[in-house]
Formats: sequence, structure tokens, C-alpha cells
Amino acid sequence: MVIKHLIKKQTYFDSVTLMLIGSKIKKLDGIDNAVVGMCTDYNIDSLKRLEMYQSEFDGLTPNDLLICIKADNDEKAVAAIAEVEKQLSSRRGAPGSATELAPSTQEEAANRLPDSNMVLISVPGEYASREAEKALNAGRHVMLFSDNVSIDQELKLKTLGEQKGLLVMGPDCGTAIINNVPLAFANAVRRGKIGLVAASGTGLQEVTSTIHRLGAGITQAIGVGGRDLSEKIGGKMTIMATKALANDPETKVIVLISKPPADSVLEKVFDEFKSINKAIVVYFIGADPKIIEKRGFVTATNLEDAAVKAVELAGGEHPEPEFSDSLIKSLASEKRLPAKAMRGLYSGGTLCDEAQRILQPIIGELSSNTPVKGCVKMPDIYKSSGHCIIDLGDDDFTRGKAHPMIDPGYRSERMIQEIADPQTGLILFDVVLGYGSHPDMATEMVNSIRTGRQKSGRTPIMAACICGTQQDPQNYERQKAILEEAEIAVFPTNVAMVKFAAACLERK
Amino acid sequence: MSDLNNIFKQTIKVINIGIPSFAQDLTQQGIMNVHVDWRPPAGGNRKIQALLEKVNQWQEKVRAARGKK
Repeated sequence: MVIKHLIKKQTYFDSVTLMLIGSKIKKLDGIDNAVVGMCTDYNIDSLKRLEMYQSEFDGLTPNDLLICIKADNDEKAVAAIAEVEKQLSSRRGAPGSATELAPSTQEEAANRLPDSNMVLISVPGEYASREAEKALNAGRHVMLFSDNVSIDQELKLKTLGEQKGLLVMGPDCGTAIINNVPLAFANAVRRGKIGLVAASGTGLQEVTSTIHRLGAGITQAIGVGGRDLSEKIGGKMTIMATKALANDPETKVIVLISKPPADSVLEKVFDEFKSINKAIVVYFIGADPKIIEKRGFVTATNLEDAAVKAVELAGGEHPEPEFSDSLIKSLASEKRLPAKAMRGLYSGGTLCDEAQRILQPIIGELSSNTPVKGCVKMPDIYKSSGHCIIDLGDDDFTRGKAHPMIDPGYRSERMIQEIADPQTGLILFDVVLGYGSHPDMATEMVNSIRTGRQKSGRTPIMAACICGTQQDPQNYERQKAILEEAEIAVFPTNVAMVKFAAACLERK
Repeated sequence: MSDLNNIFKQTIKVINIGIPSFAQDLTQQGIMNVHVDWRPPAGGNRKIQALLEKVNQWQEKVRAARGKK
């Protein structure tokens, strides 16, 4: 085994680009491991942990790019480094690429697009708030995709946004649709009468996609970031966005999705909403619905229910969920589990959370790396035992790696591992479509499932839910057909898939 | 300000700073956008960044004092 490296001083690429290239290189024949990244403390620690650190790396800074390859022989390592360089050059400055003659500052960009009104920021957290502040001071709305922005910085930005009447969506906001424009990870959803405000990215994707598939549409889908309803932030953006939807003549129904707010914020939010003369559907994930009902708002019991209720209020007719309970039960009755345990391999954090909340009261002991109330923390997140539902997008799995919605790498490995486990009788997983997501996750998952089946000779029951629409770049129907051809039961919502799992497990 | 500066009635035009694929997605949909080929300021040098930050803050104070903010 040999280790070869290439250092490119003062060369910057964003982490997602580098992680995706690294992931592709690792799959090449004869490559044992590959680290392609900026020389951040984390990447340097990883190299030491992987025993790939070289003395030449001393003194490198986060502004230096490093390609380090562990391979069977010199020839393979050199070829892999050349491939990384080729991939990098195709991403920077290629004709027609986003970086062709691109400006290097926000100010230069604003000169080119003087009436720009939205700034989408995904630079490392330590630099993100400065860019957001510049945008707000110039009168532009902000979507802050970056994480690792402190809550003090968030408060400062949202206070500024509040003063100027500008949106600050985030930090750590993955999804928004403003005036039909999907920003970052969002689905192609038709225009309609429902306006949404959400502190959860995949929650917002699931509800907007379901609204679309039920035949209705949305006005706006505004992400506010997971901490907006905390005591410190006080729901600043939730209140501002909801009031704006209340004043928007096209919006007939408002949907609010969040973890339960801090108690003091709950009172404040509901007081602010009292004067709104439009139906508001509230889904505070895991909260007692009575606290919402007693204040006169419509409460939803899960993400699918939030979509169904919003469509009903917007159109006056009660739509049925796409899969009825009786259909789900009949699908489950055809299945015989080869073993007792269920495993859930999720890329969407809120979908993983929702699955736990529905299943735990039905099946009892349930473990997760991100356990909700009543569930147990997995002692080893890399090895399942009993019923487990895993959020593979959690920080523990994504440090130094791309998110499973864009890079199937670890989820594919884990799929093969779970299929081979003699305890496993049923596997659930999500396929999240839309802009930003992997172009063909269904094929990636099917390939790993087929490999798992061939290697182990085991065939646990497989179920998938697709979060997306027919208009998404990946196309809902096409992804569904790929999964079904591999004998995977496909459900339109996470709730339907989880009900199917419950029916299979109850019958066992 | 309850109409968010009328944003719901405007055509969205985006400055994208960071991940290039977000800008590519917008371009594919025909949404006007400009991508910033962003790199850490001052070549990632923390000391110079801190100095630049102080200069920026000072400039902002001057702008505010002149009422040009």
C-alpha cells in the first residue's frame, strides 16, 4: 500500500464539491482511501486517524487544498490524483459553468445583477454571518444554508432583518420556495393558495410535495432555521413570515411546522397570530395537540396530515391521503418478514423523527442515533441491534462527508450491512427528490440492495417513501418505477411507509 | 414591513455565495442569478481577517454617521 499526495496552496473549493469528488475517487479500482479537502482541523485529524498524515502537511492552512490517496501501488495513486485534478478543473471556470468569470465578492455580484433581491449563502459558518449582514445592509433577503453560525450571530442578523423587513431564512436552512423559485434543497411544486413557514427542511419538502401530489399548490415555503422558535431568537422570522403570508392576498391557508417552541415563545407566537384572519394549520412535532386546539388553530398529527388539512382548507373538499389505511394493511398482509427486526435508513432528519414517534408506541423498544422521547440511544451507531431507525444525515455521520441526500456512499454500505444481518426482516428508507438532491438516488439504492441480496442471500422486505413531485428533475414516477422493479414497496409519504411497517410488525 | 418589502410580488434574482450547484439549478430553471466564486478573505489568514473586520466596522460607522447607510 502506498500513500501519495498533492498540495495546492491558496486554492479554495467548497466542501460539497470536494467531498463528492473524494467519494467518487474512493470507488476507483485499487484505491484504499482518499481525502480530498481543504486543510481544516477536521481533515487534518482525519488524515492522522487514517494513518495517512505526512510530515509535508505541517503548517498547511484551511486555505490550502490537499489531495491524499492511499492505493495498492504508485500507478493507481498517481492516476487517482490526476482524476481529482481533472474533476476540479471541470468544476472551476469551465465554459458555461457557474464559476466562469464569476465575481469573487458579493459587491461585484451585485454590480452585475443590480436588482438582485435574494442572497443564498452556503460558505463555512465562520464567514456566513458577515455575508448575510452585507446582504441585509444592502436591502436583500437572505437564505442562510450554512450551519455553524452561533445563536448570538443569528439573533443579530434576525434583529437586523426585522428592522429592515427582510427575510433571514436560517442559519442551517436547507429548503425554501419563494415566488415559485426553489432555493437549495426544494421540490418543483405548483403554485396555489397555501403558504408555509417551517423550521425543518425535509419537513417542508414532505409537506409541499404532498400538497402538490394531492392536486393543490403553494404560494410560498419559507424556511426559518431550527432555532427560530428558541427562547433566545423568540420566533422573530416565524412571526414575520407568517404575518407576511397573512397580508398576502394569494395565500388562503397558512401551515406552520416546527419542533415545539420554548414555552415563553409559544405564548408570544400565538398572541401574534390571534389577529390573523386566515386558517392556520400548526404541526409542532411531538407536542400535545391540545395546546394548539385550545387556542383555535387547526392541529396536524403528522406531516402528511398537515398537507391533507391544508389542502382541505384551501379547496373546501376533504382529500383522502394517497394511500388509505385499508390499502396499507392489505399490502402488509401480503408480506412475510424473514426475521423480526426493522431497520430504517433515513437521509431526512424530520422524516426519521416522525417515523420514531409513530412506531415507538406501537412496537415498543426502538433505538436511534437521534432518539425521540420513548426511544433509546443506540450504544453503537455503526451497528444495529433490534428495531433501529437511523438518521444518516446527522452530524455523527456527515462530519467530513457529504449529506446522504447528495452522496449515497455510506447509506449504500449500511444498506448492504443491514440486509446481511440475520436479525433484519424489514428495511425502510427515504428517497428525497428535488433540486439540490442526488440525480438518481433510486438507482443508487437499488444497486446496493441488489448487492446486499446477492452477497448475503437474504431478502428482507424493503419499503421506500419518495418525497417529491412529478415535476422534480428526477421525476417521481421514474424513481418509483426503478424501485418497484427491484421489488421494493413504494409509498408516497413517510407516514404511509411507517404505517405499512407497523402493520407488518404487528402481524409478526 | 409586514409585506417583507413586497418580495412576494417581485421577480426573484439571486446572488449565490458558496456551493456552485445551487446556482446551476437556478440557471437550469431560467432564474436570473450570479454565482460568487467565493474564497476565504485574506487568503484564510485569521490575523488579517480580524484587521479587515475592524476596517469594515469602522467604515460602517462612518457610513451610518453620514446617513448613507
